[in-house]
Amino acid sequence: MSQSLLIVTRQAPWSGPGAREALDIALAGGAFDLPLGLLFLDDGVFQLAPEQQPASLALKDLQANLQALPMFGVEALYVSARSLNERGLSDGALQLPVEVLDDVGLSALFERYDQVITL
Amino acid sequence: MKFAIALFSPPHAPSSRRALRFAEAVLAGGHEIVRLFLYQDAVQHASAALVLPQDETDGARQWQTFISDNQLDAVVCIAAALRRGVLNDEEAARYDKPATVQSQAWTLSGLGQLHEANQLADRLICFGGP
Repeated sequence: MSQSLLIVTRQAPWSGPGAREALDIALAGGAFDLPLGLLFLDDGVFQLAPEQQPASLALKDLQANLQALPMFGVEALYVSARSLNERGLSDGALQLPVEVLDDVGLSALFERYDQVITL
Repeated sequence: MKFAIALFSPPHAPSSRRALRFAEAVLAGGHEIVRLFLYQDAVQHASAALVLPQDETDGARQWQTFISDNQLDAVVCIAAALRRGVLNDEEAARYDKPATVQSQAWTLSGLGQLHEANQLADRLICFGGP
């Protein structure tokens, strides 16, 4: 049986290539049909924020890549409720269908996966 | 036990030094390293063009020696490397760049190599996340 991998993405989309590089691990793994989860944590939740204008910072939009996740078979998507609350984001207006988890839920999530990569 | 080791921090970071000490301990303990994988700023470890003052530790060189001495499978993510100017001959020619800086100790390849290593290993150990 395949080892499952949870990717924890903690970088805002404007803070450098970190957000894109975490996402690339998920997309590459999805292409190999591996059991993967992706958790948006801390500033990583900004990747899900609505009405982003990356062009104003001369950045490429991450949205197209994020929207590709289900197409690559990565459908286990999670977000931390605490991280959303701390940043004033509402879970009703996010750009992807993600499961919102409280701290107890996060703890259980980490238990479920064999391996974890945090970026 | 079989270990996959992923490194995300640049050569000057304390986590990169810890990763090397960990890798040495893995082998000293009779365990196996199925693959080393460099991603994000860690791709700088694969540069043969780093120059440090003589009285400072050259972490990238130490990794290169460790890999050669132990004949390890050591892979650099090609997309992360290109973004940071670590090219081999083939990539330098492909993108018409004047310099090749990749150390022979490492191999440029894709993220699939990280996933494959994870599947081959009992444990994935990461160093140098944010």
